[in-house]
Amino acid sequence: MRDTAARAVAAEPARRPERGPVIETRGLTKRYRGGQVAVDGLDLGVPDGSVFGFLGPNGSGKTTTIRMLLGLIDPTAGSVRVLGRPMPAAARAVLPHVGALIEGPAAYGFLSGRDNLLRYDRADPSADPRTRGARVDDALDRVGLAAAAGKKARAYSLGMKQRLGLAAALLRPRRLLVLDEPTNGLDPQGMREIRALVRELAAEGTTVFLSSHLLDEIEQVCTHAAVMARGRLLVQGPVADLAARARGRLAVTTPDPEHAVRILEEHGLTGLLADGDRVSADAPPGDVEPADLSAALVHGGVRVRSFGVERASLEDAFLALTGEGFDVAG
Amino acid sequence: MSRADLTTAVADGVPGAPRRALWTFGILRSELTTTLRRGRTLVLLGVLAAVPVLVGVAVRIETGDGSSAGPDGPHGPAFLAQVAGNGLFLVFAALSATLPVFLPMAVGVVAGDSVAGEAGGGTLRYLLVAPAGRARLLLAKYAAVLAFCLVATLVVAVSALAVGALLFPVGEVTTISGTRIGLGEGLLRAGLIAVAVAVSLTGFAALGLFVSTLTNSGIAAMAATVGVLITVQILDTMPQLDAIHPYLFPHYWLSFADLLRDPLYWDGIVSDLGLQAVYVAVFGSAAWARFTAKDITA
Repeated sequence: MRDTAARAVAAEPARRPERGPVIETRGLTKRYRGGQVAVDGLDLGVPDGSVFGFLGPNGSGKTTTIRMLLGLIDPTAGSVRVLGRPMPAAARAVLPHVGALIEGPAAYGFLSGRDNLLRYDRADPSADPRTRGARVDDALDRVGLAAAAGKKARAYSLGMKQRLGLAAALLRPRRLLVLDEPTNGLDPQGMREIRALVRELAAEGTTVFLSSHLLDEIEQVCTHAAVMARGRLLVQGPVADLAARARGRLAVTTPDPEHAVRILEEHGLTGLLADGDRVSADAPPGDVEPADLSAALVHGGVRVRSFGVERASLEDAFLALTGEGFDVAG
Repeated sequence: MSRADLTTAVADGVPGAPRRALWTFGILRSELTTTLRRGRTLVLLGVLAAVPVLVGVAVRIETGDGSSAGPDGPHGPAFLAQVAGNGLFLVFAALSATLPVFLPMAVGVVAGDSVAGEAGGGTLRYLLVAPAGRARLLLAKYAAVLAFCLVATLVVAVSALAVGALLFPVGEVTTISGTRIGLGEGLLRAGLIAVAVAVSLTGFAALGLFVSTLTNSGIAAMAATVGVLITVQILDTMPQLDAIHPYLFPHYWLSFADLLRDPLYWDGIVSDLGLQAVYVAVFGSAAWARFTAKDITA
């Protein structure tokens, strides 16, 4: 399921290559009173039609960035363009085309789920009141909340509130969805449903900007990603390129580990580690054929039980970039 | 709507659907219904409705043995002495009793919570990315608070009228000037007084709205607003501060009694309206300046 869907999404950007970036920031900086720099010179570019993962440890400036994209916080320096228009100056024209879930959902506890959505929709002067009821029902249906629509929001579980927040983002057809930690508070089944929904929306052509601290979530649904740490953008690009930056590991299982290490060293491999009967090394450069290494080992008398190059994960890429554990606050 | 439509719309800087003037009132209606459906608002209105009942029942018990009036003079609210003789006076007595504290306190709670409560609950950010527009949202909030001023005053007046008519005879009204006017005109004056009372709360409502833009805690904003009310009420009673009294928002509040003179005496009312207008202008602008420039971090 995961692979086919990811590939379908990955094909998206190529479909409409003529369009400019959906989000573009230049030197975006936010310095809070007291001098603390939350975001420092951010140059972000989110391609049209991408599912863009926005990664970083807690406190790395993700939420401040998202709030600046949506015009909630004024940048100290730099500029933001969303859908090709400057923010926050063009907020009234841009935001009706943007659905957002920011730092968790928020609802009026004394109103039903449905009435909450009606209120959010009424706040948008460009939303058509004639289709309001139908759009609200569609949104509730889409996030699987139709059955609980009449219940007061204060009786909702965290997962249901999260769904309600997503429904608010889906009240109108959107060109861009900004989803801050959309699977927070959901059980595994709920996470799968939301990820499927994100893929579905992306397949319809909506660009999705998804912040998360769950690396496998980003790997599963995103075509592109950016990594932030301590207010700075470390890297951005297609997920495949990012993962490729972190070189994989060559792994050999053998009853003769010392012998194997010596032979691999002779062939110029670096980062050699021997752990019991497992020997690993940094993956060889592209011009070295792994099969030649395997032959070299066997010719050298090493008895090989298994041999292979392990693909690097986004987590490896992240560790290589930040040199720190992912959940450590920056 | 097709994506092509959306694209052109964004490129042209025009919102996706053609705007119609009336639609922008959707947010005002939404503010009103949201305010009035909140449990807290209903409790406040319930308390306000109970005040005339208490006053009426107390007067009724006091005068039940056939004596013509309860304790009067400087001890009770104005008009209390006349209630037993004419139930309509319960409207004036109840408004005099609730105007110094109860009514403005209720307004302070609603105004103080209007922006800060949404910020604290996190709903403010979703209204703003809807996008409600900051000035538009603030205006809708203030309009809803003003509507609450009127509703709260009317709740007191209507409850007092009902209780007064139920417990006491109702008939011709003797004005403060000593002349007598018919019941119809008396009712008209009662309505006029209710509106005057509601309008005299507008300045304080603007102050509460401004306080509400300063914090992300609804409770803090409500407490601060009501605190300001009590402080100013105390200052207004200190003779040493005579010089500043004409600038304090509650100073002319009780001038609504002038509407029970014959002919009508407008001076106090006009001073009150002028003062309220100044407060609305000053604190309305301050609230606007603060709210439209504020970083929404909640």
